[in-house]
Amino acid sequence: MDQIEEIYSNIIMERSMQAYHKHELENETCSAHGYNPNCGDDITLHIKLCDDKIEDMSFTGSGCAISQSSTDIMAEVLKGKTVAEAKEIADIFVAMIDRKPITDQQKKLLKDAVAFQNISNMPARVKCAILAWKTLKNKLDEL
Amino acid sequence: MKTNYELRKDFSIFENENIAYLDNAATSQKPKCVLDALEKFYKKYNANPHRGAYNLSIKATEVLNKSRHRVAEFLNARFDEEIIFTKNATESLNLLAYSYGMDNIKSGDEIVLSIMEHHSMIVPFQKVAQAKNATLKYMYLNDDYQIDDKEIESKITGKTKIVGIVSVSNVLGTITNYKKIIEKAHSVGAVVIVDISQSIAHKPFDVQDADADFVVFSAHKMYAPLGTGVLYGKKELLEKMSPFMMGGDMIEYVYEQSTSFAPLPNKFEAGTQNVAGIYGLCSAIDYLQNIGYDTIYKIESSLTEYLLKKLKELPFVKLYCTDNLSQHEAVVSFNIDGVHPHDVASILDMQGVCIRAGNHCAQPLLRYLGVDSTCRVSISFYNTKEDIDKLIKALKKVYEMFMKFKNNQR
Repeated sequence: MDQIEEIYSNIIMERSMQAYHKHELENETCSAHGYNPNCGDDITLHIKLCDDKIEDMSFTGSGCAISQSSTDIMAEVLKGKTVAEAKEIADIFVAMIDRKPITDQQKKLLKDAVAFQNISNMPARVKCAILAWKTLKNKLDEL
Repeated sequence: MKTNYELRKDFSIFENENIAYLDNAATSQKPKCVLDALEKFYKKYNANPHRGAYNLSIKATEVLNKSRHRVAEFLNARFDEEIIFTKNATESLNLLAYSYGMDNIKSGDEIVLSIMEHHSMIVPFQKVAQAKNATLKYMYLNDDYQIDDKEIESKITGKTKIVGIVSVSNVLGTITNYKKIIEKAHSVGAVVIVDISQSIAHKPFDVQDADADFVVFSAHKMYAPLGTGVLYGKKELLEKMSPFMMGGDMIEYVYEQSTSFAPLPNKFEAGTQNVAGIYGLCSAIDYLQNIGYDTIYKIESSLTEYLLKKLKELPFVKLYCTDNLSQHEAVVSFNIDGVHPHDVASILDMQGVCIRAGNHCAQPLLRYLGVDSTCRVSISFYNTKEDIDKLIKALKKVYEMFMKFKNNQR
């Protein structure tokens, strides 16, 4: 039972039930679609860029608690960041999931997204956790 | 008659893993006799069949030939060469799409599939329809998750050339009316492919009695090793078809610019076959027939009934299956109100219960039902009431967990 609570922690459960950033975005400047064909997680990120800054971000779509909460937390963490900062944080998030060493300073940048650090104990769900982050990174790389 | 508790002892995996394995529709566990057969082949018969003039290669060839005979007997085929070994139903269906579909479908023809088909049926025949400018049509379901006669009559027409139907749906557990479909298809001159992957572990299939033109299945779902599958085809149809994969063993003469092909069955078996796996498949057939399909039916139908009864007692569970148990087989799909199936499966996994969650390689069916994904439980004769009780207890835990947070929000 400990393992369940370690993965389905309070913050993940809360955010999956009540996502703060799950809505359309007026005046979005770009959007990105991400899909996991095996499990059906399907999200669209709505991004409002102003110069080089992510002024606002939201998402729509459907999926499991892990993918939904991860997307919601990502939107919160990256709001107000520059494109370069957002890319860096997305890379740190993926590195954390891959169990690569990250510094305490890097961990701080992840804020609430640290909640996903044990997801690799459940390999089948890693894809759900990183879907939003990879989708965003790919989009920002295109810009 | 052996009980499920006795039969369970034939499966070594349950000695090591304290799990309720309820994903038998994906692949079954393998009994010791099948594992022993694999070992025996590699210890006693291993050589490349058809290649060597030496005794060991001849033994390997004999294993392959005898196995083909055994499978032909199992399905009641008229000739051994009507049995083609493949790696799974997917390969069998691709073979049919390319070797039969591409050569026989013309512009304006129709291919009719049931909406319950697996992607392995849908995608290859979509490709054929697109390439040949033909129409791909689907037979849909009534409220009882069954294809009714009216649907069969209206969809299969004079333009229909190929019909594809599962014997049992891998999502809904519906036992289809494939006999009626074959009858109708033959009356308009169409050929029928029956995918028996989900029924052959539970019920015998007689290809002559059904009068099916082609039959496919993944043998690994019926206790045989992974990587073993079968294609049955009526000899007169297989003989007219061009080969699917090219290479060694499927040829007669190869010149620099042209090749003549070997007769059946070699024409469709390019390259070295998985003879050890095929030997294991024969052992799985022996095992099933020793238990007896009657015994299997008795155990599995009573477990399925118990499972459905227990699931119906949970008010937060929505079932996707018919109430008519005579039209239902060992596979049950459901959802928990407000919880995504992947979360259900993960939280069950942490409680030692293995189920499948997702679209089950049947996205068109799920879209038709109006759901993104479902949880799926599938039964074998080695499952027990205790497995089902463990599942039910774990499902309650999932629901409680999610409800705790839902209520906190208010």
